[in-house]
Amino acid sequence: MEKQAVQRAREAFLAGRPRPLEFRVQQLKSLQRMITDRQGEIATALKQDINRSQYDTPLFELIGLENEISLAVSKLAQWAAPRPVERNLLTISDQAYIQPEPLGVVLIIGAWNYPWALTLQPLVGAIAAGNAAVVKPSELSEYSASLLKALLPRYLDQELYPVVCGGVSETQELLRQRFDHVFYTGNSTVGKLVMEAAARHLTPVTLELGGKSPCYIDKDVDLRVACRRITWGKFVNCGQTCIAPDYILCEPSIQNRVVEGIRQTLLEFYGPDPKSSPDYSRIINQRHFNRLMTLLEGYTATVGGQSDSSQRYIAPTVVKDVPPQARLMQEEIFGPLLPIVTVSDIDDAIHFINEREKPLALYVFSSNKKVIRRMLAETTSGGVTVNDVIMHYTLNSLPFGGVGQSGTGRYHGKHTFDQFSHHRACLVKSLGMEDVNMVRYPPQNRQKARRVRLAMRTPLVDFSRKTYIWAVTATVFAFGLFVTLTAILPS
Amino acid sequence: MKPCPVCRPIHYTYFATKTRNSIGHIFSRSVPFLNEMASQSEVIDRLRATFRSGVTFPEQFRMTQLQNLLSLVEENEQLIQDALHKDLHKPKFESVLSEIQITLNDLYFAMENLRTWMQPEYNIGKNLATRMDDCFIRREPLGVVLIIGAWNYPLHLILLPLVAAIAAGNCAILKPSEICQATEQLLAELIPKYLSQDCYAVLCGGAEDTKSLLKNKFDHIFYTGSQVVARSILLAAAPHLTPVTLELGGKSPCFIYGHIDIQKAAKRLCWSKFFNTGQSCVAPDYVLCTAQTRDALLPALRETLRTFYGPDPGASLDIGRIVTPRHWRRLMDMLEKSKGKVVIGGESREEDRYIAPTVLVDVQESDALMQEEIFGPILPILTIESLEEGIDYINRQEKPLALYVFSDETSVVTTVLNNTSSGGFCGNDGIVHMALPGLPFGGVGASGMGSYHGRWGFETFSHRRGCMNRSWLLERVNVLRYPPYSDYNLGWLRWATTFKKNSWGGCSVM
Repeated sequence: MEKQAVQRAREAFLAGRPRPLEFRVQQLKSLQRMITDRQGEIATALKQDINRSQYDTPLFELIGLENEISLAVSKLAQWAAPRPVERNLLTISDQAYIQPEPLGVVLIIGAWNYPWALTLQPLVGAIAAGNAAVVKPSELSEYSASLLKALLPRYLDQELYPVVCGGVSETQELLRQRFDHVFYTGNSTVGKLVMEAAARHLTPVTLELGGKSPCYIDKDVDLRVACRRITWGKFVNCGQTCIAPDYILCEPSIQNRVVEGIRQTLLEFYGPDPKSSPDYSRIINQRHFNRLMTLLEGYTATVGGQSDSSQRYIAPTVVKDVPPQARLMQEEIFGPLLPIVTVSDIDDAIHFINEREKPLALYVFSSNKKVIRRMLAETTSGGVTVNDVIMHYTLNSLPFGGVGQSGTGRYHGKHTFDQFSHHRACLVKSLGMEDVNMVRYPPQNRQKARRVRLAMRTPLVDFSRKTYIWAVTATVFAFGLFVTLTAILPS
Repeated sequence: MKPCPVCRPIHYTYFATKTRNSIGHIFSRSVPFLNEMASQSEVIDRLRATFRSGVTFPEQFRMTQLQNLLSLVEENEQLIQDALHKDLHKPKFESVLSEIQITLNDLYFAMENLRTWMQPEYNIGKNLATRMDDCFIRREPLGVVLIIGAWNYPLHLILLPLVAAIAAGNCAILKPSEICQATEQLLAELIPKYLSQDCYAVLCGGAEDTKSLLKNKFDHIFYTGSQVVARSILLAAAPHLTPVTLELGGKSPCFIYGHIDIQKAAKRLCWSKFFNTGQSCVAPDYVLCTAQTRDALLPALRETLRTFYGPDPGASLDIGRIVTPRHWRRLMDMLEKSKGKVVIGGESREEDRYIAPTVLVDVQESDALMQEEIFGPILPILTIESLEEGIDYINRQEKPLALYVFSDETSVVTTVLNNTSSGGFCGNDGIVHMALPGLPFGGVGASGMGSYHGRWGFETFSHRRGCMNRSWLLERVNVLRYPPYSDYNLGWLRWATTFKKNSWGGCSVM
């Protein structure tokens, strides 16, 4: 079944259907309509999957998606146009440009934590770039997956963009097929398997994985605002966000104030009993619930700590003075547990971060420009937000992706289009200027070799300081000469 | 895990290397001594420790290393030409043009532009919500990268990626091809002399050594070579989630169609096909043309070949040899099994691995010459009735690394461009599109993934880190996004964040 879907998509692609820009725009507008018309159903599915609040759905999934579609529709002609490049003497009369082209049939494997955004945002780029795409939503968010399977064929071309649902075995079957690109969002264990499967077909991959995103709080900072922003980013979607601040690093002197700040904010956000707040989500399934409860074993929560297995509810929890070797610090938490690890100063914090795998996101809270600069220069991560959390995700001109264990490739906005395109280098010469070409043909001699070396030089124009000074001096001198001559010579 | 010793040890011995400088003085340089054979893991650990210290990050360091690499190539041109001649019987002209000069050009280009490339990119669209913020993209080094070279252009295929890796601030391990022994030894000798030994190392060895090398973790792997080996490299990289750039090959088709000056086309075709004795990944592999064009082409090809190499190409100084007896045998087998008719050339000599520039006609799709990349001085001509037939044929095969069209008619060039895909494309010439550093050089599909040359190499070996520096102001506006949620807040947020057609970019959540 999976094989047939891929085969049909390939045939439809080879027939040239997604090539015209008008077709791609029409499909994107159709996708836009689907989101606008079916918002209610999408919100219901998310509530059933993960108890997502009706406000979080548009905020976190749909508005971003709509913006991506609008951007793609408005800029598609520009993105798909040939991009001229710098030439040298040998190619001065030729056309040299990069032509973005579709790759073919791509596979998009979605995730369960933001099942609509993380599955459909890559699809927007894939459609814009002119590919066919097989969409495989995560089976863990089952209501969203079945809704997507029902809706997408009603709005998009059924053969070019099929939805394949299923679990591990269906995904494995899909991965046995040959694709021209695989886009996977999820965890690094499965990421490695995806890369391995793609390797057999020499298929390039984009992996949006995760990691432990550190959040460093400097001591001279407005803790009230910092804690509010961190609390928001951490506990939205019940901590099940790939770029949620995973743990806090701060000096011991401010630890208690940080805890107080978070405690107060939680009261403001969810009231004294988060379980009854309509704005607080749940853990996706029993397995993850158990995993999170195991992480908490042996530690006393300073804030929260309550749980209810029947509802898969875990209260927003903060744990103080967590040692670096604790289980909480060994794997990505992906839940509403916030450990605080104390460090002696910024050096210690940088050292701590660099000892670990490169994270997907890094957060720094500081009013001190030097501290910020050091953090940025001496660490690395997929992306960074300073003095807030998550927000770098929302600007689609910033490339969003990981590095090292947190992933390869990037997307959002034009970056998605580029990720799903092949940038074909094109040089269109004329058969004229053959005399210049004569120097490269055998039989060879020293003069010819020298001339070719000169003709191949790039850059064409020397922008060095010496030349600049020479040019200015020569211009001034020539101008002076001109003025003198005009004055001397009789009119 | 027991460290695995390298098969052939890197010779860091006390010996006086005589280098003649431009005034003719002979002076000695000595090289530090390592008592035992350096194991692969030790070398990698040393480089990783150096990278962690941050010494490769500053612009000055990278510039110095690039300058040193420039000196390496400029001061040792003769040695390089000798090594290439020993390995591949490469004519001096080809060595200079396609190995030395292309490396020098890329170095000049990188040094000229390094500062610009290293600057954080500020010119990105901001939106209402981020108007007060600092948003930029930083290019950051990846770490320790592995560059595996190939044997057909043993110098530039390993040095051009090295230029990009140095410019991007990484440490690098070079693994030159063991097939070109003279060049391999030369690189192993020269690189530690000119470049920082803590940051860049050359590891020599065969297939087994490469396999064990790949068990280590790298931050990027850059491989030039064949598809078969590429698969095993990807499989080795997967458990470490290491990104890979693959520069592979394929059968690069060459259309000659429509109205065309056949003399000029023949010249350019011959030059690009028989350069380096056909052993170029972007050499035109086979020709597609109508019977008429073929009949006009053959005499033009004969004449061109006579002008280039004289009546007996075997005696010409301007033609190279096949790299090893095994590769020579492979080509001869293909030629023998082929059902096409040899109309030009066909001579060969086993002793010096010579094959004359050979052209065959009446070659069918099923021919032995059409099953794999030729990579030699053999040019099959396939006859087609129409452009569509040719395009259909190309699209039935794997995407090639390069595609060529010779035609005066723009419509022909455009039709082929729009209906096919390939790594790169060149109209009315061959190979030269890879000499322009502004164009990315790389494959697609079975011909590879990723690209390099010029700025593209710098980007390949960098991580683009999206950074947003939020202002402390506008907290009152931020309040709209916090719980407890309400329709009122949501309404305002939607209004503020909906993408407006002519604005810079979208913002999804404040």
